[in-house]
Amino acid sequence: MDKTWNNKAWFMVLPVLLLVAFSAVIPLMTVVNYSVQDTFGNNQFFWAGTEWYEEILHSDRFHAALGRNLVFSFIILAIEVPLGIVIALNMPRRGWGVPVCLVLMALPLLIPWNVVGTIWQVFGRNDIGLLGHTLESLGIKYNYVQNPLHAWFTVIIMDVWHWTSLVVLLCYAGLVSIPDAFYQAAKIDGASRWAVFRYIQLPKMNRVLLIAVLLRFMDSFMIYTEPFVVTGGGPGNSTTFLSIDLVKIAIGQFDLGPAAAMSIIYFLIILLLSWIFYTVMTNYDAER
Amino acid sequence: MARIDLNHIRHAYVPNPKSDKDYALKEVHHSWEDGGAYALLGPSGCGKTTLLNIISGLLHPSHGQLLFDGEDVTNLSTQERNIAQVFQFPVIYDTMTVYDNLAFPLRNRGVPAAEVDRKVKETLEMIDLASWANKKARGLTADQKQKISLGRGLVRSDVNAILFDEPLTVIDPHMKWVLRSQLKVLHQRFGYTMVYVTHDQTEALTFAQKVVVMYDGEIVQIGTPEELFERPKHTFVGYFIGSPGMNVMPVEIESGAARIGEHQIQLPSPAAPIGGKVELGIRPEYVRLGRLGMPVQIAKVEDIGRHKIVRTRLGTQEIAVIVGEGQEIPAEPHIAFDPKGINIYADSWRVGGN
Repeated sequence: MDKTWNNKAWFMVLPVLLLVAFSAVIPLMTVVNYSVQDTFGNNQFFWAGTEWYEEILHSDRFHAALGRNLVFSFIILAIEVPLGIVIALNMPRRGWGVPVCLVLMALPLLIPWNVVGTIWQVFGRNDIGLLGHTLESLGIKYNYVQNPLHAWFTVIIMDVWHWTSLVVLLCYAGLVSIPDAFYQAAKIDGASRWAVFRYIQLPKMNRVLLIAVLLRFMDSFMIYTEPFVVTGGGPGNSTTFLSIDLVKIAIGQFDLGPAAAMSIIYFLIILLLSWIFYTVMTNYDAER
Repeated sequence: MARIDLNHIRHAYVPNPKSDKDYALKEVHHSWEDGGAYALLGPSGCGKTTLLNIISGLLHPSHGQLLFDGEDVTNLSTQERNIAQVFQFPVIYDTMTVYDNLAFPLRNRGVPAAEVDRKVKETLEMIDLASWANKKARGLTADQKQKISLGRGLVRSDVNAILFDEPLTVIDPHMKWVLRSQLKVLHQRFGYTMVYVTHDQTEALTFAQKVVVMYDGEIVQIGTPEELFERPKHTFVGYFIGSPGMNVMPVEIESGAARIGEHQIQLPSPAAPIGGKVELGIRPEYVRLGRLGMPVQIAKVEDIGRHKIVRTRLGTQEIAVIVGEGQEIPAEPHIAFDPKGINIYADSWRVGGN
């Protein structure tokens, strides 16, 4: 096939390239720069090589934060994905209920993250918060500030409240794209409710579900604002996720070297996991 | 297989129908034979899909009863009616193999595995997909997918009827012929009761033994393709079937003759005086173009290969004429009506003619 090569086309992508360079690549390079040096006050830098990387990779504190983050992501995926599917399946397909449901679902997504944190911080307080006070009057000594289990419970419930809607909306979009004929054919074939879900609805939702899982995984793996506002990473370090830990090291302790090395490792982990998801998704497409 | 009785069926989509025009389907009262191949033909919105959905049980009629072999099934669900349906767009279960697609309706009904295997293999032979049995269904072409939809009906030996809702819409033209003739062969060999909805007259006329022509929520005529062509009961049938459709012109009946303007046309049988709006209908195939008869002007000649369609004008009345490929068009053209092809309509319904 004859293809016309026109190198002038590169000029077209130049503006985007420059924008990305300034917004992402150059800041990332400064982080790389910090990560291989030891920094002292009044701008003294000493070459440190891979020292910080080794320190981070062998640090129990990093392992603990990484572990907490993985457990957190796993729990919220295990709750939000099935819950989102169930809600999407039960949402009305036509009539006045559709806009009502869609707006109700979209509401949590529209609230700024620190506001979500504040809402739940107040909500969980046992003197004035509805949740805290209700649990208290039921005889449960609920205290997310002192009890790590309660803190985890609060953070997870908050995330479920905040983000299940995203899964719902994506699944709902997948569901409404299924033509009625499929349901009619399933009726004629005598399919059970489960068979309809398994062989019609789930295959049609498959792709949006992968996107939902990918988005929710990445977001939950980078979660910062909400737990920071509610628990501040406590009690102790029990809700200190990777990003909270990173900020503690970088700004709290002002250890720029280790913080930069941790950033790079953190970034690579997310990159690796996203790549795995991407490969899974494209393989799935190729199979079609 | 079953005989289908439509007992005074009417349907309205609005909750409290008052006048006739609230009904999407006006009164339908017919009996369709066991093992017959029926085509429901009509333009979009004529109620043919409504009628099909009433038969399949996806819709419950507002009035009337539906009987399969004399048994009232009006209140039965789609599953209980035991029918099969092929939809406009191929409905297949993407993630399953071709084999599993066909086995699905049987497995759902708890048929033993050995029986499922035997029936599925038999059906795969019938629809010519045996070599595709273990392929994933989503990789198939549109016509193969439609065959799977059909196969899921055929695989159940006890279906009462197989319904088709414009099944060839998304199929390539050359495959339409192939599928349609396969369908005919299946019908002849196994004697399924088939109901086929379409707005394509060629499809209806080639597929069906009886064509049910619908117009504005009513069945206007049920007949063989020949009856529909020669003796359209309603001017709509004349106009809808045939290419070009029947010429319909207002006339006055006077002592056994029809008068168009100043021209007299002898009618073969003496017609009784008729009230209402009287029209004469004649197919372009029965209009002779020559030097005798009524003088016309020629508006347009369309050469479509096998023959020519000549659009003539008699006064203000347009009349289409079909003329053989070799025939010449005279300089002073006249037209004459072959008495065999004359039909007389009063208020659009056929009242006389040959």
